[in-house]
Order: sequence, then C-alpha cells, then structure tokens
Amino acid sequence: MKATCWHGKRDMRVDDVPDPKILNRRDAIVRVTSTAICGSDLHLYNGFIPTMMKGDILGHEFMGEVVETGPDVRNLHVGDRVVVPFPIACGACLACEAQMFSLCENSNPNAWIAENLMGHPPAGVFGYSHMMGGFAGGQAEYVRVPFADVGPLKVPDGMPDEKVLFLSDIFPTGYMAAEMCGIKPGDTIAIWGCGPVGQFAIASAKMLGAERIIAIDRFAERLAMAADKAGATDTIDYQAQDVLDALKDMTGGVGPDACIDAVGTEAHAPGVLYAYDRFKQALMLESDRPLVLRQAIMACRNGGTVSVVGVYGGFIDKFPMGSFMNRSLTMKTGQCHVHRYMKPLLARIENGDIDPSFVVTHRMKLDEAAEGYAMFSKKQDDCVKVVLTP
Amino acid sequence: MQTLATRATARTQSPQRRTFEASTPTVARANRPDRDVTTVGVDATRLARALGWFSLSLGIAEVLAPRFVARLAGVRHVRPGLVRLCGIREIASGMMIFGQGKKPRAAMWSRVAGDAMDIGTLAAVASAGAPGARKGALAFATANVLGVTALDVYCAQALGHDRTDSAPGTSIRMERSVVVNRSPEELYQFWHDFTNFPRFMLHLESVRRTGERTSHWIARGPAGTRVEWDSEITADTANELIAWRSQEGADVDNSGIVAFEPRPGGRGTIVRVEIEYTPPGGAAGALVARLFNASPEQQVYDDLHRMKQLLETGEVTRSDAVPKGLGPVRQHAAQGESR
Repeated sequence: MKATCWHGKRDMRVDDVPDPKILNRRDAIVRVTSTAICGSDLHLYNGFIPTMMKGDILGHEFMGEVVETGPDVRNLHVGDRVVVPFPIACGACLACEAQMFSLCENSNPNAWIAENLMGHPPAGVFGYSHMMGGFAGGQAEYVRVPFADVGPLKVPDGMPDEKVLFLSDIFPTGYMAAEMCGIKPGDTIAIWGCGPVGQFAIASAKMLGAERIIAIDRFAERLAMAADKAGATDTIDYQAQDVLDALKDMTGGVGPDACIDAVGTEAHAPGVLYAYDRFKQALMLESDRPLVLRQAIMACRNGGTVSVVGVYGGFIDKFPMGSFMNRSLTMKTGQCHVHRYMKPLLARIENGDIDPSFVVTHRMKLDEAAEGYAMFSKKQDDCVKVVLTP
Repeated sequence: MQTLATRATARTQSPQRRTFEASTPTVARANRPDRDVTTVGVDATRLARALGWFSLSLGIAEVLAPRFVARLAGVRHVRPGLVRLCGIREIASGMMIFGQGKKPRAAMWSRVAGDAMDIGTLAAVASAGAPGARKGALAFATANVLGVTALDVYCAQALGHDRTDSAPGTSIRMERSVVVNRSPEELYQFWHDFTNFPRFMLHLESVRRTGERTSHWIARGPAGTRVEWDSEITADTANELIAWRSQEGADVDNSGIVAFEPRPGGRGTIVRVEIEYTPPGGAAGALVARLFNASPEQQVYDDLHRMKQLLETGEVTRSDAVPKGLGPVRQHAAQGESR
C-alpha cells in the first residue's frame, strides 16, 4: 500500500510499504478514506520530536471503512464507517476509567522511553514517534487500529467525511482548550495561534458562552478566518501590534480571563526574544520555544487560567514563574482526551451548531503528501488545513 | 524503607519464616567462602586509588600526546584518534575509581575490560606485522599491560571479597513496582500460578508444577542456551505476598518476592517485586551478565508492564515498531512487517 513516510527533517515521501496486519485480538484494519496533516505533524516534519526512524508512517487524523476486525472486536463490523481518535486507549486502566484517555497506561509499548524523558509516560499515539509507541499512522491507504473496541466512533450515514474527520483530533483539542478555561458568561478569552486548533478553540469558546474572543496570529488569512468563520470578536496581528499592550488596551488593563496557547513549541515572535530562543534551541540548550507561553502568562488577568494545547516536547527556558505564582494563575494542559468528546461534539455537528469543514483550505491526493507538508509548513497559498484522500 | 524481604520475614508464620530467612542473604555466599581484604595483606582501597591515579595520568598523556605514547608502546603508524579514545577511556576509569568511594569495584572491573582491549590492540598490531611496529618496544608494552592487568584483577577481586560490603558483586538484585487496576485477590491468584510467568517474563520458556510448593523452570540463556532449575515457594501469605527460591543444584541460583498492597480508595493494587539471581562465574560472571543485559532493572520493568497489560487488557500491547510488544527488541520503522 501507499503511505506517507518520514525520512528525515523536511523529507517526507509517499512509499510503497507492506499492508498492516492484525497484531492484537482487539485490533481492526481501516481503509482510510480521508486523512489530514495536523499542525503537530509539522513538529515531526521540522525535526523537533525525538525518537523518529526512517520509514515511520505519519498521520493521526484519519477516518475510513473497517475492512478487518480482530476476534475480540464485537462492536465494529466490516463495512462500518468510523473516525478514529488520535490517542490510543485501552479503556481498562485507571487513567481510562478516569476519562484521561491520552494518558492510557497500557497503549504505549515504548512507555519506558517517554518515562525516562517525562517522568511518567503518556498514551500511545498514531504516527507520532517511537516514544509515543511506534504506531504506524493513518496518512496511508490502510491503518491498523489497536483497541478498536474502545476508540473508533461510527459515523452516521450520509454525513460527508470532511464534517466528521476533525473529530479525530483538532475539533476536540480546540474544544478541550476552551473547556479548560472554565468559561463563565461575560468572559474574555485570548487565543494565541489561529491554525486549525486555534480556530476550533475560538469556535468552542463561543459555543461555551465567552463574550469576547481575541484571536492572535500574524497571517491575515488566518485572522480573517478566525473573525469570519470561527467567531472571534477581535484580532491582533502580533507583527503589527505589541500583544501585551493590545490586550491591556482591549480589557481596560485587567487582561483576559483566560489565555489559550494553541501554538506550542515552534512559536514565532518579532524581535530579540525569538532570536534568543531560536539560538538556544539550535545549541540544544532548550528543546522548545516558549514565546507564546511566556506571553500568555504575562497577559492573563490576576487569578485567571492559562490553557495549553499547543504541543511541547521537552524543556523550556525563562518561564515567568514569579508572575505565575504571585498572581494566583492556574495552568491546565494536556493532549486531548479525544474519546471523551467525540460523541457530544458529533451531536453538535448533527445539530448544526458547527460545521468543522470550515478550516479546510486544500484538498490533495495522498500521493501529494510531501507537497502538502511543505505548503502547510511554509503557510503558502493561505494554507490552513490540508485534507488528503488516497 | 522496609524491604520486601524484611516484610516477608515479619509477616509469615514461623515454619515459613525460617525457610525464608535462610534464603534472604545472597545466594552466592553459601557457595563461596568470603575472604576479608585485610587477611591478604594489601589494602585494596589504597591500591585502587593508586591505579586510579595511573589511569588519569596515562589517559591525559594519551589525549594530549597520542603520537608520543604510541611510539613508547612500539606502535608508530596508529591513528592518533584511536589513542585519544583509549585516553578518554582511561580518564573515565580513573574518575570512576575516585567517584565510587571506598569500594570502586565496578570501576576496577572497567579497568580490567580496558586492559583486555589494550592487549587485543597490541596483539593485532603484532600479528599484522604493521609497518612501523617495533618488536622490542611492542613486547615491552605488552608485558607492562599484562602486569597491570594482573594488578587490576587482583584489586577488583579483593574489593569484591570484602565482607564489609553488603552487596557483593556476584549477584544481581532488582526491585520494581507497578500499579494494576485489579484487586490484591485477583493478583495473588494470578501470581500464585507460576505457570503464568512465561506469559509476561520473556526470558522464561516454561514453568511446570511439580508439587504443592515446587515447580520446574526453563529459561532462555545467552546464545541459544537453556538453563533449568527447580523452585520452591518459601513464603506464602494469601493475597499479600509470595516468595520463591531455586533449590540446590540450580544452573542459576535465583529468588523472588512479590507483594500486593491495595491502594487507598480502591484505586488498584501496588505490585512490588524483588528478584535476585547469581550468574555462574562469580564476579566476572556478574560483570558479563551486566555487559550483555545493559539494565536488569529494565527487564523487570518490562516484565511488570507486560503483566499489567495482560491483566488489564487481556493481551500484551503490540505496535508496528515493536510487533512483539515491549521488551529488549530492536525497534524498526513504524510500518507493517513485510510478509
């Protein structure tokens, strides 16, 4: 079959690889009908995530048709259309029982690598390095889905792929970002990053009752999408304005009630700080560039919440702990516990509260995955979201 | 912290208690009489320090003046990079000796390993008749290295036999714990049936029951070999603790203890395991075992996590990169295996 394989930094190739096989009794094999390139795939593409190997199949946003099931999968049948959550979860451990699916204790056979790096290991994830389990991803014609009796959600007939595909990751991730803000009526929420996750965080903040939603980015087309499609009430172009000044100005000096970091490790910023972090990163003195995180903490109102869904991989520098501690801030974080949100968010799509396909800007064939990665990474042609079809 | 062994002795009834206490000290000690360092007349710690200074100075010379050192050893056309590498190794050995306190046993064995490499290098140069090799100087260098090797082995052994050291270098002991979302009762039942062990302990081929408290174990050894032994339960407290140990005549003396501790709030059970074994061949055997199995601790970690996966999900989790599940297998790319 054809699959999108990582061959090194900025070197993606669509290779001919062996078809996946059932390895566990609770596996299913899914024929992929739609898959997307995630912003977090760009961290792999740009070489910021350790423990990658040549030939690793990428892709954790995908959906398709069940073509084979292991003997212990009874809830799915050949021919079912399913969308698959990106974290792999067993449904039986204490983390799964507590609905913390992205922290499943059994789904990552390489948990020891992550444990050495992070203290405790998170769950396995499709197509996201060996540290996260070494699972082949879904930017392929077929994919093996472990614990298929727990994760995949059956899709109603007649609902087009693009409306439900993003239940695999970015819609629930954006929703969880907004949910972690504990939004109360009248709240002001600021969102750094108007990529796909940022767009869904904005849309979700609106659904959860935020009154003022401030979107921050540097690309005009993304800010326009945030305002016109997702529901942002204000926008800040961080290259044209000083973000902290602008936020103080907009909130009468108080600051937003909650700040969402939907950017993560590869943040950009104008000026000296960016050069400082880029330099330290190049020397491997820090693994992540916490430009947005610092700003979100400094901007947040006293006693407010900083919600982090942008992906970080390792260690950061110059964390403003004094500001964070003295002003009673709360930080909430996490890889999305997708399983928790799929059904309620499917209901919102069916109700017409939201049509997630608004983020799609480019539709390409699986064969063109390498071009898709390059375009998305460079944000060429106003690219926000690439959907690939085999 | 209370060790499992002391808890085992504290909790078990007296007949079992006696059996268990006998198994607690390192198995190796029963087989080999210990010699105190002082009885052989040389202070091993002082000797180790002298060898440590020797390592440091030789290493620094090799790094700073590789060509000069090579010429002294009778080797002219050797790459300075190789000599510098040897130098770095010497410096590391020296630093280890000073870093390991009064009993730098592992550091001394690392010096022995380094000596073996040096002898190998000199032998290779001599047998290849390499250009620029001066026979006389080469023989002199080899004799020197052999002499130092003898000193290193002596020192390492003397340190290893020191009775005051609570953990002689001959046995390997590992402790690990994991939380399993099952009751102590379920876990006790699973562990009490030793025939379950090969399902999660990868190095075991089979365990067969031979009596009420005894079983026969077959394990995979290095290079396709098999090792076998009979094992006996030495402590057994329902839903709390099981201990076992190999009987007389085992290929590899070993013992183990597992304890089950309910977590507060019904949040699963802490399973604590302590395993000890004595590779054949004394201290050198233990060193070889450590060289070939980089981390025995990792092996127990893997075993326990496979056990957790088995009990919580029914199977050992496999991924495309590790199709046999977690363990000492080389990762391959995260894609299907070719048929």
